[in-house]
Amino acid sequence: MAGPLRTAEPSAPPPAPGGRRGGLSGYLLLLPGGVWLALFFVVPTATLVATSLYDPSGSLQLGYRMTGHVQNYADSLQDYAPQLVRSFVYAGTATLACVVLGFPLAYAIAFKAGRWKNLMLVAVIAPFFTSFLVRTLSWQYILGDNEALVSFLRAVRVLGEDGHLLATPFAVVTGLTYNFLPFMVLPLYASLEKIDHRFLEAAADLYSSPFTAFRTVTLPLAMPGLVAGTLLTFIPSAGDYINSELLGNPQTRMVGNEIQDLFAAGDYPTASALSVTLMAAIVLLVFVYVRRSGTEELV
Amino acid sequence: MSQESAPQGAGADLVLSGLTKRFATFTAVDDLDLRVPQGSFFALLGPSGCGKTTTLRMVAGLEEPTAGTITLGTDDITHLKPYKRPVNTVFQSYALFPHLSIAANVAFGLRRRGRKQVAEDVERMLDLVELTGLADRRPAQLSGGQQQRVALARALINQPRVLLLDEPLGALDLKLRRQMQIELKRIQTEVGLTFVHVTHDQEEAMTMADTVAVMNAGRIEQLGPPEVLYECPATTFVANFLGQSNLVAGRVVGGSGVSGGGDGGDVVLDVHGATVRADRARAVVAQGDVWVGVRPEKVVLAPAGVAPPEPAGNCLRGGVVSDVSFVGVSTQYLVRMPWGQELTAFSQNSGHHERLRTGAAVDLHWSPAHTFCLDASQDAAAGVEPEDR
Repeated sequence: MAGPLRTAEPSAPPPAPGGRRGGLSGYLLLLPGGVWLALFFVVPTATLVATSLYDPSGSLQLGYRMTGHVQNYADSLQDYAPQLVRSFVYAGTATLACVVLGFPLAYAIAFKAGRWKNLMLVAVIAPFFTSFLVRTLSWQYILGDNEALVSFLRAVRVLGEDGHLLATPFAVVTGLTYNFLPFMVLPLYASLEKIDHRFLEAAADLYSSPFTAFRTVTLPLAMPGLVAGTLLTFIPSAGDYINSELLGNPQTRMVGNEIQDLFAAGDYPTASALSVTLMAAIVLLVFVYVRRSGTEELV
Repeated sequence: MSQESAPQGAGADLVLSGLTKRFATFTAVDDLDLRVPQGSFFALLGPSGCGKTTTLRMVAGLEEPTAGTITLGTDDITHLKPYKRPVNTVFQSYALFPHLSIAANVAFGLRRRGRKQVAEDVERMLDLVELTGLADRRPAQLSGGQQQRVALARALINQPRVLLLDEPLGALDLKLRRQMQIELKRIQTEVGLTFVHVTHDQEEAMTMADTVAVMNAGRIEQLGPPEVLYECPATTFVANFLGQSNLVAGRVVGGSGVSGGGDGGDVVLDVHGATVRADRARAVVAQGDVWVGVRPEKVVLAPAGVAPPEPAGNCLRGGVVSDVSFVGVSTQYLVRMPWGQELTAFSQNSGHHERLRTGAAVDLHWSPAHTFCLDASQDAAAGVEPEDR
């Protein structure tokens, strides 16, 4: 900043002296993250894609041969298309449920909680202190046939005489919703909390009823949080298999269950092909979604 | 305090009566009575915390009054929801919607009232505030001054019966502020709406407003045209907050006439042994102990014993110049009086008289017509701003 500045333009600052060294230190700082990403993302992804093209007649004991066997994809899709579709339906439903439950919660924490705000945030995060498995297992009890909830629902005739909740699609979606709800609430809260109260006063001043102000000001300003929240719930839900495993039945199997079984059975090529298909489908869906919701700056 | 009741037909005047706002422990606005004539540029002036913004927010409907009423013409709007009031606000921080374009911001109010065709109005409004061509930008892409204009356009387009301005120029730098003051005044004249402008900047209030109400501690100290407030302050607070004043303890010794006369004769005062006169019309108190006041720029300094260039009338002798500061258009002197008080005098640098030096013995001369008398029971330092100029 020593040189004389001709104008007081606040725009681009003058290039720092020794900019090359500045650039180098930037790359050095990127190094640890870059190495991490290469080791634990790029290499495994490449391996996964490679494995998906192996000759399926091989086995762990005999070894696999790389034959560029694209047929693996067609075979896996033919066998597991229903599970793939079901995964997206369940994940979509759970994400929707998370929005319906999470938005009012995040809104209440951001605007109405007052001094309880921090306590409520802790309560949202608190489930993470117990293991994912334990939390999901506990739903077996909550939804169990001999437990209070089912008895009550049978008594009020919401459920039939021998109706049950456990081992149904409902139980799986409930589990997904429960497990991923915090990932919806936290980004939504962050977005809502940032909204300046004065925008709402300005909206009221400009003839907006509270509902109109919510629709025209609060909601659009909360969109980044809503998009982030839906991505953070949808993506892991679509790949999840624990909830289906513990709360579902053979007819509720999701693609994650099949992938897990295939890997366990040693059919690596098919498992890999299915994984890559799932990944590609998610990336495609997310891409379309983010483009449509007009929040590209998020990604 | 001395309030002028606005005369003539009150078609759509904004009237506040007995307006009070109490928060948990303190009273922000205390039994306020105010009439803002239709079409006037009205300024609520006061230091921060005096209740002026709370008053404005009650008119906007953003704050519920504890007591009192707000009427617009014949309509009682005291308890109307903000979105049902024919009143719009230019917020201090502008509060422009960051997710909307400039055009959408300006059109916001019209759209909420169900207007479909807004493009023409928006364009006309952007022309008025001289932002033609920026319709598609986002607020964040505009400078502070431009955002201020957008906020103004967004409120004005609705043609409110009263436009409220909450320190609208507070965030702008000095030069831009001066420019916007003139601009705002022009726009107000052009659209002819009632403007209620809240500010702590006395110069801003005096430049723009037809009527200024000086507020202090939730009440109105004095209300009137800027010249009247400046020349005839009714309280020590107004005398000090609006410009600067020399206030010297004095006692009425004659000419008070005890409510007699009416010919506007002078009040005769004793000030630390000297006899000075004050215009009767400008004496709020004309009996007993008073604060005798005169504005610094009305005081002429002359070397001790020398008659001033222009005959003045009042004279205090025995001063010693204790500080001289040259500020370009004028020179500001501090003069220590025999009784220990320091008085201020501003002298125009017109080149007619010589500059005085520190330590010079001087007499202070000024005219009885420029003298005012205030209640001696008031604090002589009320309304003095620490950072004043």
